[in-house]
Amino acid sequence: MTPTSAAENALITEIIFWIIALSTVVSAIAVVQIKDLFRAALFLIVTLLGVAGMFILLRAEFLAGVQLMIYVGAISVLIIFAILMTRDIDEGSPSHSFRIPVALISVIFMGLAIYVVSNTDWNLLSPQALPEDQMGDVQTILSNGIPNLASMLLRDFVLAFEAVSLLLLAAVLGALALVRGR
Amino acid sequence: MTLERFLIIGAILFAIGLYGALSKRHAIAVLMSLELMFNGVNLTAVALSRYTIPAALSQSQYAIDNAARFILTGQIFTIFIITVAAAEIALGLAIIIAIYRSRQTVLVTEASDLRK
Repeated sequence: MTPTSAAENALITEIIFWIIALSTVVSAIAVVQIKDLFRAALFLIVTLLGVAGMFILLRAEFLAGVQLMIYVGAISVLIIFAILMTRDIDEGSPSHSFRIPVALISVIFMGLAIYVVSNTDWNLLSPQALPEDQMGDVQTILSNGIPNLASMLLRDFVLAFEAVSLLLLAAVLGALALVRGR
Repeated sequence: MTLERFLIIGAILFAIGLYGALSKRHAIAVLMSLELMFNGVNLTAVALSRYTIPAALSQSQYAIDNAARFILTGQIFTIFIITVAAAEIALGLAIIIAIYRSRQTVLVTEASDLRK
């Protein structure tokens, strides 16, 4: 299954993958199970770090950096600030009374998703599916991702790019207007 | 196997986030569960575009000429999702703090009416 280089198939990569996967899933469960909200936020950071590691394993190093800066750096700090600002209401993290059916729905969804994923005949990227010269291009693009990302973002997706910048501006102004003291 | 395991991790993250978002009463816990769901989706998008090719490849010449670039489409999607998630979390926390100021609660069940 190209494009997989030799390093990607090495045993050490397998071990790293399973360590990251295990810590990601376990800390994600901790986020929804731990009563103390502050600790749950700390476990959320571990999960986000795990996803950043997964991005590196998927050869998306730029996204791993973005994940570190925006999720681990900014969003988690925002969440912890909000938890600390509302800390005097110490009710832990209570659940609804219909927790059991919700858990059932989630487990059913997960089972369905895993079933579908493992039974689909994926149209995989393989030397047979692509012309010879394109395979070489794939390797080049993967190892030189950032310039290609930039050209796609500012050429093919430029309208969405501008729309999202407007959205961010509106979000910043809205957040300021909401929390400003009267 | 290499593609499927990333998709399965993404599905597990999404399911855990779904459980948290539907069962928690604390508004900040709901937002944190939403972040889990976003991350599951991001992982799925990146893994899919990294390991698969679109079916349109066999039909259109444009797709064949630009085949190599499809491998980055999932990353572009993920960048947009992260941006929207950042906007959403900033606004969500601002609303939670505004509700906390006006009625001293952070439980979503107690802030379900629009009047003061």
